[in-house]
Amino acid sequence: MSGVAEASAVASPPYDVEKIRRDFPILSRRVHGKPLVFLDSAASAQKPRQVIETVKQVYEEDYANVHRGAYELSARATARYEGARETIRAFLNAEKSSEIIFTRNATEGINLVANSYGGAFLGAGDEVIVSELEHHSNIIPWQLLRDRQGLVLKVVPITDDGEFRLEDLKALITPRTKLVAVAHMSNALGTVLPVREIVRLAHAAGAKVLLDGAQAAAHQRVDVREIGCDFYVFSGHKLYGPSGIGVLYGRQELLQEMPPFMGGGEMIGTVTFEKSTWARLPHKFEAGTPAIAQAIGLGAAIDYVSELGLDRIAAHENALLNYATQQLASIPGLRIYGTAPGKAGVISFDMDCAHAHDLSTVVDRAGVAVRAGHHCAQPLMAKFGVAATARASLGLYNNKADIDALVSALDHVRELFGR
Amino acid sequence: MDELRELYQEVILDHSRNPRNCRHPGDATCQARGDNPLCGDQITVYLKVDDQGVVTDAAFEGRGCAISMASASMMTDLVKGKTEAAAKDLFERFHQMCTTDDAASAEGTELEKLQVLSGVRDYPMRVKCATLPWHAMSAALAGEEEVTTEK
Repeated sequence: MSGVAEASAVASPPYDVEKIRRDFPILSRRVHGKPLVFLDSAASAQKPRQVIETVKQVYEEDYANVHRGAYELSARATARYEGARETIRAFLNAEKSSEIIFTRNATEGINLVANSYGGAFLGAGDEVIVSELEHHSNIIPWQLLRDRQGLVLKVVPITDDGEFRLEDLKALITPRTKLVAVAHMSNALGTVLPVREIVRLAHAAGAKVLLDGAQAAAHQRVDVREIGCDFYVFSGHKLYGPSGIGVLYGRQELLQEMPPFMGGGEMIGTVTFEKSTWARLPHKFEAGTPAIAQAIGLGAAIDYVSELGLDRIAAHENALLNYATQQLASIPGLRIYGTAPGKAGVISFDMDCAHAHDLSTVVDRAGVAVRAGHHCAQPLMAKFGVAATARASLGLYNNKADIDALVSALDHVRELFGR
Repeated sequence: MDELRELYQEVILDHSRNPRNCRHPGDATCQARGDNPLCGDQITVYLKVDDQGVVTDAAFEGRGCAISMASASMMTDLVKGKTEAAAKDLFERFHQMCTTDDAASAEGTELEKLQVLSGVRDYPMRVKCATLPWHAMSAALAGEEEVTTEK
């Protein structure tokens, strides 16, 4: 047994967060004269040098439009762009790279499914189920569709701890339920939803499942075939990649039957004024020149996190989350929102002496970046009876010193506002 | 910490903890809700304007940060007894004070009382907190029912 342990220790060196931090140039800058303490990765993550260099190198050496030219540079750009698609396929363990659609972000992926799949296959009286903890990006597209096509939008309530309970979903599913669209992980609370069980319940009722992986993809390994979902979306910028690029995974048989979302170049087979035909997957859903360098940059970001190992990143972040939760909970007058078992790297909180914005302004002066606001989840905030909370969210580069800096900055808040 | 005390002066903390005119008067002649969609803060301003166009009562309800609460508290105190035109003019000058460095000296004018809020100049993300109640007041006078800081 000890031989096995030693062997795995060699294969997997300890998680050296200080070394990892040196990959992120921005972490060495100062803010208001203080070292930057970045605790807002749930809004957008910082980028490692490997991603920055890749994007720069694409523009300096391999840039041309993709799927158009017959010349060398276009061939190279196309190969790298399609290479990134294959990297993403492997990352999600999808069966085929044609199931990977490049979008601008997770929001666009959800809108694509709502408009294309929803537009073609959902009708009056059909039910779409979301949860109370959704980001606005997984609420509004379904509301728009509901108002256009007469769907019924149902909402799974969340417990006071921020937990999603399967029985609450079960109670809402009927024979008219056609789609369950929920977050894999809550951006506001950190709750991780039981997605395999959600898929099982939905599929048993004949409903499809879309998962919003905008938060989850950066914090845990995602295997779309193991989960069994029909659609999975995420954004590149929360996964240490560039902004302006995101991914929609869809099962091929569904994507095949779905009409195009946007029309334009690249998505066509042949065009006449009378009738046009569509390109094969994935290009049918990629109208217009895509975000070429960003897609290749996302591939580099996925290579980066894959090399570190999503499981090791998750272990590091969870240990840090426990430490942060303990430290924050010991501050008098501080309340944490969302304590579901198995939650991941997000802590939403407020203090009785100060509003979240005042808190955020004060800690910013100590170099600490936390989000203050409704986190694009106003229905969830309303449930908790608050207009805004402060949110500290963790990335693979955060360390205990970051948490200590936050705690010490929160002392300033109490000093200023406490009575 | 010292620069933060510049922003959060004692007067502001006092107004935010004990806001004046924080109530819903039954006889208001106009009202408007101000939303800051970036943060979710909401403030409703109630005004009673008489036949001569004079604001005879001003009050507000809502929740928000120390800056927006203090600003609403001071604003409702200041506009009482002013004509609509004078209230709008005060907003103009207050807005300028919050956004430009070279605003005319407020000394000896009614703007002087609002000067404690001018610290937001150094915090561009917070200017909208200070002006939210004023936008709501101005909307109420214009007969609109809601206004947002994001146009």
